[in-house]
Amino acid sequence: MSGDSVLSIEKLHAEAGGAPILKGVSLEIKAGEVHALMGPNGSGKSTLAGVLCGRPDCVVTSGQVRYRGRDLLALEAEARARAGIFLAFQYPVEIPGVTNNYFMKASLNALRAERGEDPLDALDFLSLAREKMALVGMSEELMSRSVNEGFSGGEKKRNEVLQLLMLEPTLAILDETDSGLDIDALRVVADGVNALRDGRRSMLVITHYQRLLDYIVPDRIHVLADGCIARSGGSELALELEEKGYGWLTPGAGAGAEASA
Amino acid sequence: MSATGETTAKLTALCRDAAREPAPPAFAALRAKSFDAFLASGLPDTRREAWRYTSLAPLAKLALQRPAAEHEPLLSRAHIEAIAPPVFACGLAVFANGRRCPERSGLPTDDAKLLPLESVGSPVLGALVDPKLHPFAALNGALAEQGVLLRIPEGVVLDHPLHLLFVSAASGAASVSSPRVVIEAGAGSRAVVIQDHVSASSGTPQFCNAVTEVQVEANASLDLVVLQREGPEDLHIANLAVRQEQGARFASKVLSLGGRLVRNDLGVTLSGVGAECELDGLFLGAGERLIDNHTMVDHAVPNGRSRQLYKGVLRDRARGVFRGRVRVRPDAQHSDAAQSNPNLLLSDGAEVDTRPQLEIHADDVKCRHGSATGRMDENALFYLRSRGIGAQAARMLLIEGFAAEVLQKVPGAALAESLRDEFRTRLQPASTP
Ligand SMILES: Nc1ncnc2c1ncn2[C@@H]1O[C@H](COP(=O)(O)OP(=O)(O)OP(=O)(O)O)[C@@H](O)[C@H]1O
Ligand SMILES: [Mg+2]
Repeated sequence: MSGDSVLSIEKLHAEAGGAPILKGVSLEIKAGEVHALMGPNGSGKSTLAGVLCGRPDCVVTSGQVRYRGRDLLALEAEARARAGIFLAFQYPVEIPGVTNNYFMKASLNALRAERGEDPLDALDFLSLAREKMALVGMSEELMSRSVNEGFSGGEKKRNEVLQLLMLEPTLAILDETDSGLDIDALRVVADGVNALRDGRRSMLVITHYQRLLDYIVPDRIHVLADGCIARSGGSELALELEEKGYGWLTPGAGAGAEASA
Repeated sequence: MSATGETTAKLTALCRDAAREPAPPAFAALRAKSFDAFLASGLPDTRREAWRYTSLAPLAKLALQRPAAEHEPLLSRAHIEAIAPPVFACGLAVFANGRRCPERSGLPTDDAKLLPLESVGSPVLGALVDPKLHPFAALNGALAEQGVLLRIPEGVVLDHPLHLLFVSAASGAASVSSPRVVIEAGAGSRAVVIQDHVSASSGTPQFCNAVTEVQVEANASLDLVVLQREGPEDLHIANLAVRQEQGARFASKVLSLGGRLVRNDLGVTLSGVGAECELDGLFLGAGERLIDNHTMVDHAVPNGRSRQLYKGVLRDRARGVFRGRVRVRPDAQHSDAAQSNPNLLLSDGAEVDTRPQLEIHADDVKCRHGSATGRMDENALFYLRSRGIGAQAARMLLIEGFAAEVLQKVPGAALAESLRDEFRTRLQPASTP
């Protein structure tokens, strides 16, 4: 698959909570590609996702990130979203007092405004939301509740996928969207994600499990260990990891695979 | 003489002027008793426990006068609607500087009676607020000229809310308006009443000092929405006293959205078995404003239930106070009382003091309180921004979300919606210095 570069990360170093977490990450994702990012707990996967989306407590200390030719790091979080980047949160945030419905409408209309489109009115929004909710198997009742408040773990994840489907990003980053999902829900999520794969949209799928990658077959897999890409490979890498774990990849174990995406 | 002493002297002079004029028939006793109490106590200073946080300095700065006999350029309908959007289809009664504007008032229903309190009187008048304990209530009683009696007969259910609009509208020196309200909710009746305070004067700060007494008879249900939405320099002091008989329900929403100094004393006595009250408040402070809330729920008999939820949003150097007292008397077994006071501080200079005071004299009771003062949730802010919602809009959304818990409880969708708009408007950063 060859195409235009959508995301290009070069020698990225970043801190979270004052400690260095990312220590020279390089990665390139082209239009239409799906990349998986795996790696042990605490290796910096969510930090990388945070950096890409402008999370204030993820501070870049050196390196650069280009998104469709622009300097991504110069943009505010909301500007990145409007430019087509979407993060499905590992831990979706509860927002008391703000209904899911109101929130998603505000979000969708902010993105539409960026594209010079008129805001959707309540009815159009509702019919769009209904259509997407059916895809993720979410009950309509969740739309009138406060965002994520009192949602079960699985409901929160479905709610993230619902937003993904509503906002139709150019680059979707899914941070462990499969964790905490039952098998049926996993399929639903995967179907939803696959529905977005149209040869132009790109994705970075962070996961711990081979199972998700059975459904969403990635073009490339990267392993992040201690803040560096310790290994990159094709989809067969996931099977190898499933078998051997991460031990053999960590620097202490002497493996030194070059990150080349 | 101290600043408080000087202000006391100024106000005492106004009371003397009032006392020289013939008192309205039903106010004679109230006036005399209140004036005596005010002479004895004067204004409270911060050495008094209940006034510890309430500096009356903004009051001391004002040149005070009694409201002019004729109210200022008669408030036109358009003017009224501009300052107090007609938020709901309901009965409207308008008062300017504490005096009624009959030509501006209309009641679509004969079910409830809106009567001139100063001539009709009421057994409730002066019965629920003791001027000896409340210096500003004493001042109100000594200066009160007109009042409103809302009588909801037994068993009557009002379909629409009743809107009592109090406008401060003086020019020149600040006038002290002294609205006096009595609500008699007859047994088994149901009603929603909005007591709305606005200011129509620009430039001259106004001082509104209101006293409202509410008697809720057996099994009646009364919702009282108190709107304090004056200008940023106005002063508002309010005393609301409620007595509930057996099985009666009372719910208040006190929304303090304007005013340089706002002081609320809200006292509820559950004097009939099985009465329930729900006291909610939402206060918004910016600049140097002080919003000072003091509640007292007296569980006098068994099986009473009380709930209090006061939420504060404060920015700049604004200050909020919530002092929530609950007293459970020895006989009041099986009382169930809860109060909570979460606050949202939007800047380092903003402050809030929460002081729950539980006086429990019975053993078989449930009593809880909680408070949590926090800042804007950065995770939530990032979550919204990551969805394309601009930082400023996201902040507003979070603040509105915080307030929603109170606003959602406002009875009637139209009223609730209009109050959300009002809150949103008041929240605009334009109101920040
Ligand atoms: N705000 C923060 N303050 C302090 N430490 C942080 C902060 N954010 C992240 N870290 C630390 O950075 C490291 C990387 O965290 P990150 O969440 O990126 O890991 P991860 O690879 O996503 O792990 P997991 O697989 O468990 O989700 C962890 O050690 C974490 O404790
Ligand atoms: Mg993570």
